[in-house]
Amino acid sequence: MDTSKLKYTETHEWVSLSGNVATIGISDHAQKEISDVVFVELPAMSRSLKQKESAMVIESVKAAFDIYAPVNGKVIAVNEKLKNKPELVNQSPYQDGWLFKIECSNPGEADSLLTEDAYNSFKSTAHH
Amino acid sequence: MSDLIFEKTSRNDAGWLPALSHSEEEILKFLPASALRRSEAHLPSVSELDVVRHFTNLSRKNFSVDSQFYPLGSCTMKYNPKVLDAIAAADAFSQTHPYQDPQDAQGALRILFETQTLLSEITGMEEFTLQPAAGAHGELCGLLIVGAYHRYKKEKKTKVMIPDSAHGTNPATAALCGYEVVQVKTDARGHVELRDLKAKIDKEVACFMLTNPSTLGLFEEEILEVARLVHSVDGLVYYDGANMNALLGHCRPGDMGFDIVHINLHKTFAVPHGSGGPGSGPVGVKKELVKFLPAPRVLKEGSQFIYEKEAPYSIGKLRSFYGNFGAIIRSYAYIRALGREGLEAVSEHAILNANYLKTKLKDLYEIPFDGYCMHEFVMSAKRQKAKGVKALDIAKRLLDFGIHAPTIYFPLIVEEAMMVEPTETESKATLDEFVKVLQEIQKEIETNPQKVLDAPHTTPVSRIDEVRAAREPNLRYRAK
Amino acid sequence: MHYISNTEEDKRQMLEAIGVASFDALIAKIPKKLRDFKLRLPEGLSELELVRELDAIGAANKNLQDYASYLGGGVYDHYVPALVNHLAHRGEFITSYTPYQGEASQGTLQFIYEYQSMICELTGMDYSNASMYDGASGLAEAALLALRSTGKKKVILPRTVHPEYRAVVKTYLSCLDAEIVEPPFVDGAVDLAALKRALTADTAAVVVQQPNFFGVLEEAREIARLTHEAGALFIASVNPISLGILEPPGDYGADIAVGEGQPLGNPISFGGPHFGFFTVKEPFLRKLPGRICGMTVDKVGRRAFVLTLQAREQHIRREKATSNICTNHSLCALKGAIYLSLLGKKGLRKLALLNVEKAHEAYEKLRRLDGVSEFSKKPFFNEFTLQLKKNPASLKENLAANRIVGPLALSGFYTGMDGRYLFAVTEKRTTQEAERLAQAIQKAKAL
Repeated sequence: MDTSKLKYTETHEWVSLSGNVATIGISDHAQKEISDVVFVELPAMSRSLKQKESAMVIESVKAAFDIYAPVNGKVIAVNEKLKNKPELVNQSPYQDGWLFKIECSNPGEADSLLTEDAYNSFKSTAHH
Repeated sequence: MSDLIFEKTSRNDAGWLPALSHSEEEILKFLPASALRRSEAHLPSVSELDVVRHFTNLSRKNFSVDSQFYPLGSCTMKYNPKVLDAIAAADAFSQTHPYQDPQDAQGALRILFETQTLLSEITGMEEFTLQPAAGAHGELCGLLIVGAYHRYKKEKKTKVMIPDSAHGTNPATAALCGYEVVQVKTDARGHVELRDLKAKIDKEVACFMLTNPSTLGLFEEEILEVARLVHSVDGLVYYDGANMNALLGHCRPGDMGFDIVHINLHKTFAVPHGSGGPGSGPVGVKKELVKFLPAPRVLKEGSQFIYEKEAPYSIGKLRSFYGNFGAIIRSYAYIRALGREGLEAVSEHAILNANYLKTKLKDLYEIPFDGYCMHEFVMSAKRQKAKGVKALDIAKRLLDFGIHAPTIYFPLIVEEAMMVEPTETESKATLDEFVKVLQEIQKEIETNPQKVLDAPHTTPVSRIDEVRAAREPNLRYRAK
Repeated sequence: MHYISNTEEDKRQMLEAIGVASFDALIAKIPKKLRDFKLRLPEGLSELELVRELDAIGAANKNLQDYASYLGGGVYDHYVPALVNHLAHRGEFITSYTPYQGEASQGTLQFIYEYQSMICELTGMDYSNASMYDGASGLAEAALLALRSTGKKKVILPRTVHPEYRAVVKTYLSCLDAEIVEPPFVDGAVDLAALKRALTADTAAVVVQQPNFFGVLEEAREIARLTHEAGALFIASVNPISLGILEPPGDYGADIAVGEGQPLGNPISFGGPHFGFFTVKEPFLRKLPGRICGMTVDKVGRRAFVLTLQAREQHIRREKATSNICTNHSLCALKGAIYLSLLGKKGLRKLALLNVEKAHEAYEKLRRLDGVSEFSKKPFFNEFTLQLKKNPASLKENLAANRIVGPLALSGFYTGMDGRYLFAVTEKRTTQEAERLAQAIQKAKAL
């Protein structure tokens, strides 16, 4: 998949915008850091999320990671497949392992997120 | 050999129970049919001998203090005298009911009262409650007292401060009590960073939760200043007693400025860990907080031991009855057996053993913080990791040599942390053996790392698939 | 006395290796003014002196080996087969730590898995954790789970629930934005009309104790139905021995079932340590507090056990954990598992029937006495309440003279309950003891 069109956050989520619907997942770098994903606690449908609010949790054997909403909006879809196959987040972080979709309150918000290049240089300098 | 007891079958008539005097039908007439069980519980069905063999064989798959050196940091895996088990099991104590008239249970009440008094003396506090069943239960008790104190003084407080090296129960308890958690950094010497504390402290701070020695095994030299700062905003200082084994008779949390302490009787005061519990987590407080302690406390009136009758400011009850009496009595007897000199010797040898091991291991492992340690120390397997072998691998390889692993990956602020607590009851010879084994493992890391990476080789099972356990939870047997 | 293994020569060599002249150099960083004291403690004792001292203290207790107990109210005088302590007190169980190093703790992990399985079978629930501190704190954690899980604020906690359990729930909920409502009782059981009135849309959970504190069987199924109709969770607090014959909470609709495990092979021990069992239906698995053990495989595919779903717990999730609980009462739960293994399917039912039989025998004897009146017409299991005279004179003396401990005066727990007593009768009580009990009450002019 062409990840160059995606937008990223400093908390390692990616966002793919189509109209006013944002699909959200975590980066390849993040899934490697988390290691084996064993459980995904998805957000409730229709939940309103504020940008940078914790939307859901990804669990590995020895850790739990908050996943933050990259933009304001309402949850309109969650990846039900992850309930039985959480390993999809590891195997296919950008496609089958997507997490949830938000109907954006303000689609323009995504513009201010990181580009792939900016994210790559961010993660090479940042501490986790 | 790992057959479940459910997978074995032999004859079980429960012959140890007396016979019924009436027929089942006659007895069942006392109960409405609608309240009865419709299908039987699928319990195991095996003979007494098979029960004996099953659990005996299970026990042999455990490492334990009775069979191995167990230098598990922060857990104080010391030898606990067997006479204490016998005392706790005596009919006079194990066969006494908590609802007996206090007149008929004066022995039990005396033990509770005197334990409250002994712990107050040892920690420098005014009064103790023995209700909390464990350390985390003690923390809950402590923070509820903090809340009650500030409500009583009509002060609104919203934050609890903890060091970044704290045990996970500290923030979990603070959250349970409705506080926001504020973390304070550790400085380069391994102490609470005073600058960060000063920057973050304000009127909203209800409490600072701290262990001393810290989870790095170091004495907080600035403890009096830390306490002064917290008190200056009318916050209370809470002592997490996980590391009390270092202090007995040498210094007291009460004198350091702590307002509330919890003590883990299962660490310092000889209650065996019992495969994970029960422990006991008594809480002591300074004078102005006594009225908030859980009710009822045991008091002495003349020569009689009684339950406190009224406690209008008490935070309430934390559990049924009066605490884990069977654990408390062990600690009582332990303190009585050791006396002052015995307790002083405990901490002296705990500290001596830890410093000796640290000295012996400092060439092998990176020691992130300088200076003498208290009863335990933290080393880092960073150098070993550079060669592809992590703390986890070394921990597993130690098992092959019949030594339990140190605590690993805690505290979180040290990379590849290995936390070693030898305790006072181990001999120099045992410590020397431990050093030799770590040297041998080091050689393997240099020459044959795969052997360490594949460890353990001699335990009943090799490395366990934890990912599968969590992805496909199998948490109970289901009868076919 | 002490239990130090180092000799004086060891100590000398160790100080030398460290490079200090004395022990004091190692703790020189402790401010001097903190070190300036001597503990004021009684002189240490040898083991022989210690045992004598504790024997002397223990003699001031009336213990239940010498007295027949009719005391219950949460902990009960059941017979514990000799084998339970023989096995549970093996050093490999009693002196091992929490099984974090799975490969070195398969014994503990397997018994926890078996314990969880047995508790699920007993309660008819889907999942059990590895145990809690006790029944009361377990109930409080159940209420917390319900509040968290539903996002609602009210917990209905009828006055037929053990008063100490209610007190503990109140303490645990005291710093949350939660409301506790306590419906009264009629004929010894929850007043259903009052319960219905209390059940509103903001109710997170309804708690029922079965049998209740008075020994009375509640209409659990009906209460479960009402609870679910209102969109709340149903929490049952149950006596495990009763489940040998009574319908398990999983069958009558409990979402969470908890209880005190002491009756399963643990000594009374002045009220602790015991264990609380904690079970849930499937939807609440990830919200369980405390440790859970799972079955998996090792690297070469052999069956293995390990602590699992740990991301719920405090040592990982810290301030976002499902509970602050860290420890479980493993050794007490082990006693429970050994006890249930010894009982087996047949034994569990027989034990429950024995309790019903003995309790009803005693009830009939007492009920026939002049002036004793009933408290409730409803059925009971092994505990019942009777009305004696208010403030019966010399009752205690007469019971003691007959070497009997109990029953429990309810006036200590409720106002307006003078003269009401709770009697617990286990399989240990004999016909002769029941007669002695009746005589003592008769003679005490308690009527």
